Amino acid sequence: MDRLPRWADVVLVPFVSLLLAALISALVLLSIGQSPVQAFNVMVDGALGSAYGWGYTLYYTTSFIFTGLAVTMAFHAGLFNIGGEGQAQLGGLGVALVCLALPWPHWTLALVAATLGAALFGAAWAAIPAWLQAKRGSHIVITTIMFNYIAAALLVYLLVDVLRPAGQMDPASARFPAGANLPSLNEIPGLNLIFTKGVPANVTLFLALAMAVVVWAILWQTRLGYQIRAFGKSEPAARYAGINPVYIIMVSMLMSGALAGMMSINNVMGEAERLLQNSSEGAGFIGIAVALMGRNHPVGVVLAALLFGFLYQGGAELGLWTSIPIEMRIVVQGLVILFTGALDMMVRMMLTRIFGLFRSQKLGAA
Amino acid sequence: MDYNTLLQILDSTLRLATPLLLACLAGLFSERSGIFDIGLEGKMLAAAMASGAVAFLTGSVWVGLLAGIGASLAFAAIHGLASITFRGNQLISGVALNFLASGLTVLIAQSLFKQGGRTPPLTGDARFNPVTLPFADALQGVPIIGPFYHEVISGHSLLVYVALAMVPLSWWVLNRTRFGLRLRAVGENPAAVDTAGVSVVGLRFAAVAITGLLCGLAGAYMATALQAGFGKDMTAGRGYIALAALIFAKWRPVAALWACLLFGFFQALALRPDVVQAVVQVKVPVPFLDALPYVLTVIVLAGFIGKAIPPRAGGEPYVKER
Repeated sequence: MDRLPRWADVVLVPFVSLLLAALISALVLLSIGQSPVQAFNVMVDGALGSAYGWGYTLYYTTSFIFTGLAVTMAFHAGLFNIGGEGQAQLGGLGVALVCLALPWPHWTLALVAATLGAALFGAAWAAIPAWLQAKRGSHIVITTIMFNYIAAALLVYLLVDVLRPAGQMDPASARFPAGANLPSLNEIPGLNLIFTKGVPANVTLFLALAMAVVVWAILWQTRLGYQIRAFGKSEPAARYAGINPVYIIMVSMLMSGALAGMMSINNVMGEAERLLQNSSEGAGFIGIAVALMGRNHPVGVVLAALLFGFLYQGGAELGLWTSIPIEMRIVVQGLVILFTGALDMMVRMMLTRIFGLFRSQKLGAA
Repeated sequence: MDYNTLLQILDSTLRLATPLLLACLAGLFSERSGIFDIGLEGKMLAAAMASGAVAFLTGSVWVGLLAGIGASLAFAAIHGLASITFRGNQLISGVALNFLASGLTVLIAQSLFKQGGRTPPLTGDARFNPVTLPFADALQGVPIIGPFYHEVISGHSLLVYVALAMVPLSWWVLNRTRFGLRLRAVGENPAAVDTAGVSVVGLRFAAVAITGLLCGLAGAYMATALQAGFGKDMTAGRGYIALAALIFAKWRPVAALWACLLFGFFQALALRPDVVQAVVQVKVPVPFLDALPYVLTVIVLAGFIGKAIPPRAGGEPYVKER
């Protein structure tokens, strides 16, 4: 088979996949009697039409960068971590415990401590499936999914019976002390000229971007990253080269879980300022779509996270202004995963054929 | 725990094991042919919604069942297209289809019925109603065996017995027919099957279609027999538990029955906090019981299966030599 030019592989394939996903989404909307054009306008207007809308879009983007990086990290080791959701919820628990432990004097200190807490708890939740995969060969896809359900049940228990302050009705932790409140974008000098109203996007966005750089550096600039990628490409070859499989599975999954857990700094500490039930709201799963769409590269992940931030905020607007159910977001998410992840080859075959046509025309002309 | 309570638990065990068993056998055919299917969950969900909606609209559970199977087959076809024709990543395709099903079912149910993504409750002929087996009432007086027959074996909906019948049928198809031999071969060594002049693609599509059919039965059972209607994400991870059962059963039909009964038993226990508390003598919080089937699934996967060797060509797309 002919090869696609590199630019087409990197840019055109994801773009066409996305287009196909959008096309099918439009058909779905038509079939339930809604107007795709109107829906798209509502989404663009609500998510990108104002600084306020951007404040929400970037807030979701921040979460998705973390979970996308989490899936990416595991993918490079050949592991499919579907447990981002549970790891993020446990990360939220870590954040809440840290924030409630001390009357924090300044948010910077609280941020550092909460980041450690979130990463530690997220990693711990990934550690068990990782160890079972490495030592017992238990299928990591199934165990991480089971751990999502277990995490949800664990948090219900903790929020209802343990963390809920006396006299409070709803299952949630106490409010975090004022010193643990992260500045939102509208509270940062300079940016407050753009974001004049209160928005949920907060300083965690910069942490997310920094983590994208860190993940890139780990994967492509260190010996460990080389080992992870080698292991992901071919386990027997990596084993032969003296790479320890147990070590690679554990380390990559721990980093993956830590990244998923860190997502909770954004929503639990940055926005809700207390731990709520189902705090991650499916962001862990979106990480899968983000990683696939972003071709498992941090730059791609950041761009794909922005796209999904738009989809998420736009989808919420749909729920507000139209009768389209908010579950439309999950449909789009499924379609994006399907086209970018599984039907990848179909798009590639299509493009290769089109490129082939151009090439033979050129040869004919010459 | 007295004998009656035990019978009640075993009764729910059988009811709850049925969707697991159908999904597990569904996964068995697919995986034996070399196609991983994480998407059992999504297919069940699609079938549950389609059968619940159509059974309500037509008032006939049989039309509903057909609609459920149709929806599941459509999802199976997409999975086949992605993983056989276009040689995509089978795990990713399954995950994508699960999301698609989770969103689409609510979307369609909401646009049809406007009841928050549920289908309206089913009654009468729109449901599979319990079947009383012959002599169930007459034999009730016989000690031990009589009540067991009456409570546990008899009085389920037709699909429960269909699911049980699928176990020997699957065994026979896999181990005693030409199709079964080829199916197993294509999951172990597709190149050999191809050399023998049998179509790898055709066999794999046939296997995926059987998976669709069985998942359709499982989903229809969820919405029209186990419960009276479809609810958002009502399968609650059963597709994944069925996969765990499949691994536990080492991809064999009869062992799958025992594995699914075991997982059904875990689910039945989770529904009876009073019994669990009586046995362990400690007050157990409800969320712990909710998590119990999932925890036990992990423990079973981790500890007691010995070495489970999946079909050799599982998950790998077949590329014909040129």
